Amino acid sequence: MTVGLTHIIVLSTALFFIGMFGLFTRRNMITMLMSIELLLNSVNINFVAFNKYLYPAKMDGVFFSVFIITVAAAEAAVAIAIIINLYRTHKSIDVDDVADLKQ
Amino acid sequence: MPENFFILFKQELWLTAILFILLISKLKDKQPAATSLLTGINILLLLNFLSGFFFNAEGSLFGKMFVTNHLHVFEKNILNLAALLISLQSTKWLENHEHIIEFYVLMISSLLGMFFMISAANVLMLYVGLELSTIPLAAVANFDLKRKTSGEAAMKLIISSAFSSAILLLGISFIYGCTGSLDFADINNLLHKEPLHAAAFLLFFVGLLFKVSAVPFHLWTADVYEGSPVAVTSFLSVASKAAAVFALLNVLNKMAQPLSSIWHDALIWISLLTIIVGNLFALRQQNIKRLLAFSSVSQVGFLLLAASANSSLGNAAIIYFILIYVFSNLAAFGVIALVSAVKQKETLTDYHAFYTNNKFLSWCLSIALFSLAGVPPTAGFFGKLFLLMSASQGITFTVLTIAALNMVVSMYYYLRVVRTLFANNENECLEAIEVPITAKIALVICVAGILLTGVLSGAYNYIITLQ
Repeated sequence: MTVGLTHIIVLSTALFFIGMFGLFTRRNMITMLMSIELLLNSVNINFVAFNKYLYPAKMDGVFFSVFIITVAAAEAAVAIAIIINLYRTHKSIDVDDVADLKQ
Repeated sequence: MPENFFILFKQELWLTAILFILLISKLKDKQPAATSLLTGINILLLLNFLSGFFFNAEGSLFGKMFVTNHLHVFEKNILNLAALLISLQSTKWLENHEHIIEFYVLMISSLLGMFFMISAANVLMLYVGLELSTIPLAAVANFDLKRKTSGEAAMKLIISSAFSSAILLLGISFIYGCTGSLDFADINNLLHKEPLHAAAFLLFFVGLLFKVSAVPFHLWTADVYEGSPVAVTSFLSVASKAAAVFALLNVLNKMAQPLSSIWHDALIWISLLTIIVGNLFALRQQNIKRLLAFSSVSQVGFLLLAASANSSLGNAAIIYFILIYVFSNLAAFGVIALVSAVKQKETLTDYHAFYTNNKFLSWCLSIALFSLAGVPPTAGFFGKLFLLMSASQGITFTVLTIAALNMVVSMYYYLRVVRTLFANNENECLEAIEVPITAKIALVICVAGILLTGVLSGAYNYIITLQ
């Protein structure tokens, strides 16, 4: 059995929903950040797979995934800085403890 | 490199130059005094704003990834003006802050991202611009490092923006899978009314709606606006929102014309929901920043209603309204910034009988609120009028009536603030607040803009000729 585009799309969709489930159920900010990485990586798989199977003549999809990886790293850096600062002010990285802003 | 590279790329190069100047001045051992530093930065921002009026040209760069024309230059001028006014207004807060240069570096990088987002003619450029405009904003929302709410606002902003960009990216990846291209024009030719294409586009569309905070993707807005420092809140509510709306218009007009019947219906439902929910939540707010957050949600609803018209008249009305919205919202936030620098909080009760000691500030705030509510002599009325008029071509009268009735509902919460300002109570009113000269200039510009852009109809005609 050869691995086709469908297999890879099923994998990436599963990964996307695992990430989304993690983002909505986990209360630890670091774990939420990891879930976001899962979401972005599933999109990366999509891009690379579409590029390889459907449009192998041009490299658009691969380049896009390189940009996503770079931007995700920048985003994670800022998010971790924010979480460190939250730990200093709240002594916790649980989102339920960080809920001063409710009407 | 085309020979007019420096002309086409002028505004982005200006911002990059300012960024480098700021970074180099940060490296020096001896830092200048806060006031002289702020004056220098304000002069740079003023020059940057003025540069947008000279030597404009149309063309594309970077293999048609970056497109600029007179309309884009005008949109960027609006954002430059907003950045300048916010900088002028926040001098009092920044003077006592130890990280002035960092604040400007983050804010200007975000502005640069917005410029790329507006000029994008390629999905990759749009995505990179979008991220460049949101990531620094999350860092700058955390700028009151000691305040608990500031950190919480930044966390909510970064998590929700990362989630929304993940959805946007999923949409882009399926659009790429359907069409094999990332270029707006190519995608426009290759998209069809098929379920997969429509689903891919809707995911992309939802990602953008997150950024303009339309209902039901508005949940982060109020908390982020309330927790951030006032300067950041005004930047988020004016510049970031305006840039996202401009990018959305660009996408709808240049990339998604084959699917226009789908997004037309979606936009009407979303805009009605946005207007109604924004208004209902604004009714019961006691914090003035939260109130303006929900009011900005409902204003976006009106913008989306005009966007559903899919006509050049509608686009002109949207850009005109955003110009007015910049003036009105910044006049309101300018006053709030001064009060919050004194009181350290923004509850509505602090403004009780505000008129007794602060006549100038009260007039500025009430004119701004009248303009946001859409009361005739101010520009806000004309903005809303043009929005609803251009929207009326594609929608039923029921929708139009609901939108117009919501303008009446919105008057309740705007005028409630005005009533609080002019309440007759000598005992518990705020003492006179000293207004720095920069803030005074910014407020006078805003009030003049509110009063003049509506009456002198030249602005609207000018925007129509630009298209």
